[in-house]
Amino acid sequence: MKRISAGRWVEIALLEVDGLNVSYGGIKALRGISFKVEEGEIVALIGANGAGKSTTLRTLSGLVRAHGGTVKFNGVVMNKVPPFRVVEMGISQVPEGRRVFTRLTVMENLEMGAYTRKDGGVKETVREIFKRFPRLEERKNQLAGTLSGGEQQMLAIGRALMSRPRLLLMDEPSMGLAPMLVNEIFSIIKEINRSGTTILLVEQNAKMALSVSRRLYVLETGEIVASGEASDLAGDELIRKAYLGMH
Amino acid sequence: MYLQQLVNGLTLGSTYALIALGYTMVYGIIQLINFAHGEVYMIGAFVGLIMVAVYKVNFFLAMLAAMAVCVPLAVLIERVAYRPLRRSTRLAPLISAIGVSIFLQTLVTLMEGPNPKGFPQVIEDTVYVFGPVQFSKVQVIILVLAALLMLLLQYTVKYTRMGKAMRATSEDYETASLMGINVNRVISFTFALGAALAAAGGVLVGMYFNSIYPLMGVTVGLKSFCAAVLGGIGSIPGAVLGGMFLGVAEVFGVAVGFDTYRDAIAFGLLILVLLFKPTGLLGMPIQRKV
Ligand SMILES: Nc1ncnc2c1ncn2[C@@H]1O[C@H](COP(=O)(O)OP(=O)(O)OP(=O)(O)O)[C@@H](O)[C@H]1O
Ligand SMILES: [Mg+2]
Repeated sequence: MKRISAGRWVEIALLEVDGLNVSYGGIKALRGISFKVEEGEIVALIGANGAGKSTTLRTLSGLVRAHGGTVKFNGVVMNKVPPFRVVEMGISQVPEGRRVFTRLTVMENLEMGAYTRKDGGVKETVREIFKRFPRLEERKNQLAGTLSGGEQQMLAIGRALMSRPRLLLMDEPSMGLAPMLVNEIFSIIKEINRSGTTILLVEQNAKMALSVSRRLYVLETGEIVASGEASDLAGDELIRKAYLGMH
Repeated sequence: MYLQQLVNGLTLGSTYALIALGYTMVYGIIQLINFAHGEVYMIGAFVGLIMVAVYKVNFFLAMLAAMAVCVPLAVLIERVAYRPLRRSTRLAPLISAIGVSIFLQTLVTLMEGPNPKGFPQVIEDTVYVFGPVQFSKVQVIILVLAALLMLLLQYTVKYTRMGKAMRATSEDYETASLMGINVNRVISFTFALGAALAAAGGVLVGMYFNSIYPLMGVTVGLKSFCAAVLGGIGSIPGAVLGGMFLGVAEVFGVAVGFDTYRDAIAFGLLILVLLFKPTGLLGMPIQRKV
């Protein structure tokens, strides 16, 4: 994507994070991390428990405020934008642990995903989502709390797509799912990306992350310690040892 | 005789229910016991009284006027007394609520004096007799209006966009804001709904008991709060059920001779129910989030 800046055409990425610092009370969760996501990519952010992956996504969505650094989306500084505006601007999130509204029906959950939309196309989007997740359609009037873990994950993804985001943030979508379901979820992620949505994927399942993404960043205690093309990182000795359990 | 007491109990109970709904909705959404809610009800009663006694409007307009005053008042209370404390300890907004409650009691006492005032007779003394029971016209108005308002509330919460956002926010406000829901606006809306019902309750009770005074929100507020907890705090049908249950129990208690303990009945029942069902009659079991 090109933009005019100071009279010159310059390349800007869809998402640019620069020197981001986040702390909880006195504890530093992110120590000046920088990364980019280009339009159309799937970028993965991997790291162990407590590395700061969720904190990164929560900051991008405006749930947590940065103490330093900038987040730019589409060239706009997002640091002070409240969460509900972030959605309007085109970023939505599939949060860690699914967090579907258990006391709302499947259909109502999807409606909540489209809360910011004012165009008449919501019904059409619901149809698209039901086509992608037929099991949700069969259960559309059921309370989301009665769905199985896999179905809840699909609902959480469908709900996040209802706002037709340009950038979809996904926090460990494979968590707690059986291997077959994990494969299904990852092929859905690829499909979503092919139909034009840029994805920033947080994963602990590094193998899966390597297989779907074009580029990766490795986060360790709040710092990015490695980054590169998936094909390069897969061969990297350190990554193999630390995240793929190979020796 | 029993049937008659039941009618009286349900009438009283529907006024408790109207007020209990405000407690339960606010608790459901921000886990705050809004101690100032009883004062919103009291101010509703005073506005109704002034409209009828001074401006000579009819009872229905007086009720709308009470709502028109109480809704912005409750929204303002949330804005200045609770919202700045949202990220602090749980005790802070509770104490702030008690502060607001005392402030409003004192303010109204200064303006209107401490003594009870009667409501002018705006509804005739007509009595409708159905076999063994009789309804006064005021009772009919209370029962019908309270039922209508509760149905309207139920519709709002179940089917409107804002109502669904309320339910989503009360389950998980963080995820609600990830949906693009402006959580602050939903909270204001919740206070507004509760205040509208309390204002209506204030005018109806003023008419029924014919006694309006600055501290009237204290006992009724506490009892309605009991009704909300009894029904299961956070549950809308629970508040209605709890209100009716308390109203009927109180009337029967008085009828069988416990009139000196009238106000203690609510608290006694509350303790009893909570001993056996800690989450209240329709309360949801405490859920663990994954
Ligand atoms: N609300 C909070 N209050 C205090 N500290 C927090 C909070 N949330 C996260 N942290 C801390 O910030 C650090 C990063 O946490 P974060 O949840 O971002 O890790 P993560 O990489 O997503 O881990 P996981 O893989 O377990 O989900 C951790 O040390 C965590 O304890
Ligand atoms: Mg996490």
